[in-house]
Amino acid sequence: MKVNRSIEEINEKIKSGSAVVFTAEEIIDFVEEKGVNEAAASVDVVTTGTFGPMCSSGVFLNVGHPGPRIKFNEVYLNDVPAYAGIAAVDFYLGATALPAKDPANSNYPGEFVYGGGHVIEDLVAGKEIRMEASAYGTDCYPRESINTGFKLAEINEATLYNPRNAYQNYNVAVNLSSKTIYTYMGILKPNLGNANYSSAGQLSPLFNDPLLQTIGMGTRIFLGGGTGYVAWHGTQHNPSAPRCENGTPRAPGATLALTGDLKQMNARWLRGLSFLGYGVTMQVGVGIPIPILNEEIMKYCAVRDEELMAPVVDYHRGYPYKEGEPLGEVSYAELKSGQVTIQGQKVPTASLSSYAGAREIAAELKEWITSGRFTLTVPAKGLPSTEAGIQLNSLPQRNPEREDG
Amino acid sequence: MIKQKIVLRYPPHVVEQPTIYHLIKDFDLMVNILRADINPKKEGRLMMELSGEELNYQRALEWLREQGLHVMGLEQQIIWREEKCTHCGACTVICPTEALAFNRPEMTVSFSEDKCIVCELCLRACPARAMETLVENNNSVK
Repeated sequence: MKVNRSIEEINEKIKSGSAVVFTAEEIIDFVEEKGVNEAAASVDVVTTGTFGPMCSSGVFLNVGHPGPRIKFNEVYLNDVPAYAGIAAVDFYLGATALPAKDPANSNYPGEFVYGGGHVIEDLVAGKEIRMEASAYGTDCYPRESINTGFKLAEINEATLYNPRNAYQNYNVAVNLSSKTIYTYMGILKPNLGNANYSSAGQLSPLFNDPLLQTIGMGTRIFLGGGTGYVAWHGTQHNPSAPRCENGTPRAPGATLALTGDLKQMNARWLRGLSFLGYGVTMQVGVGIPIPILNEEIMKYCAVRDEELMAPVVDYHRGYPYKEGEPLGEVSYAELKSGQVTIQGQKVPTASLSSYAGAREIAAELKEWITSGRFTLTVPAKGLPSTEAGIQLNSLPQRNPEREDG
Repeated sequence: MIKQKIVLRYPPHVVEQPTIYHLIKDFDLMVNILRADINPKKEGRLMMELSGEELNYQRALEWLREQGLHVMGLEQQIIWREEKCTHCGACTVICPTEALAFNRPEMTVSFSEDKCIVCELCLRACPARAMETLVENNNSVK
């Protein structure tokens, strides 16, 4: 390889305003025209983006001590419960948390109008958040309840910590049954009525660094409209997923745990969502810069939707009951065309992840870099990749009361 | 000739009157009912397409209002809050008339009011809840 660029060199160019940056969409035609070697020689950074529902998201809050002090036992924000099993006025609000009074699916399919993701959106938007909390009272924390309100700017910390974001590929969900089903992949009409997918494909961060050669712990990123960092590999991280010849996984693969200061984020890119019959979640905007260190990394960034394959999974039996195998594979180019063929049948497609949003994020991150306000980081530690031999586990089911269990 | 899609809102006391009969018999209009939600002694809603002579159509609307019915244009019934829309496209496979459509290669959602039949499936299919109805808005104001 002729190109051997360092992140330090790239940062020098960013600071002098001379870095050459393309989005992961723009780079496709550029590489097509110039070839990988010439493109690698002239391009410093490729920016990626994704804006999809990411359930494994939430925020750690510290609201400061009232006087007298309190050690929260139960905390509700706009009626949505937060997890208070950590220090006195620290708690974690998860994106899928529901108010205790929410009827959920008792009136199927439930509407799930408001939950954790919506509270986070309201918090970032600067709205007043109603808080009710109770405690059992101790000598050091005597207060037993508080009923108050606060805004984001008035509390100590709000740290977004998302245990699993930016999935490298995802299932295409269909319904083989004869009745409509309501899933986290949206409404699935009967008899292969529609096929829903959720990835930005060629713009998606981990599709552009399939073997995790540049993205690692400490990588600085676009998160929720502000800056954030890769904290760790995400939960259910599965770099051992089967791969195409171009190195990209043909099933859900790597994931990222992401973190950042909520106070500098933007409600436009952290949106509470209501999935009919499923629950609430949050749509998270993520953009990751990929430093073009050499020709190999350039080649991976030039990947296009035609070469990215997703498994088609039945969400009536296949996914919920872990039955059978995927019904086949389709490319993201086919998915984005609006129609795919599954079992000989033409099926209309819809996305849950916003490609327009992904495009905007990649463009915004590009602007941050070219304007010199965002520099790249050298990861403190790589993430487990194909060589790690990770195998996903299933929860054991045994009776702990029985010795022979 | 005129052809218009309208929505009638029935106050509870008019629900049991044979309104459609009069539209056909007295005003010589063709009536194509798109959607109806009529219940005894409750406020009802009827969406329909009316066609016929312009003068008859105008007289019919006047008569409907005299009966205590609220007459509204169909296009005002479903509102696309574009600022709330994230352009994912989830609604576009649920909308039966392609009023909500996905534009390629822009990969954005658009809403054509003239194609909307107010089935309201989009209201709950939109995860960002960017689709709203006028009727619900009215109720929430009360």
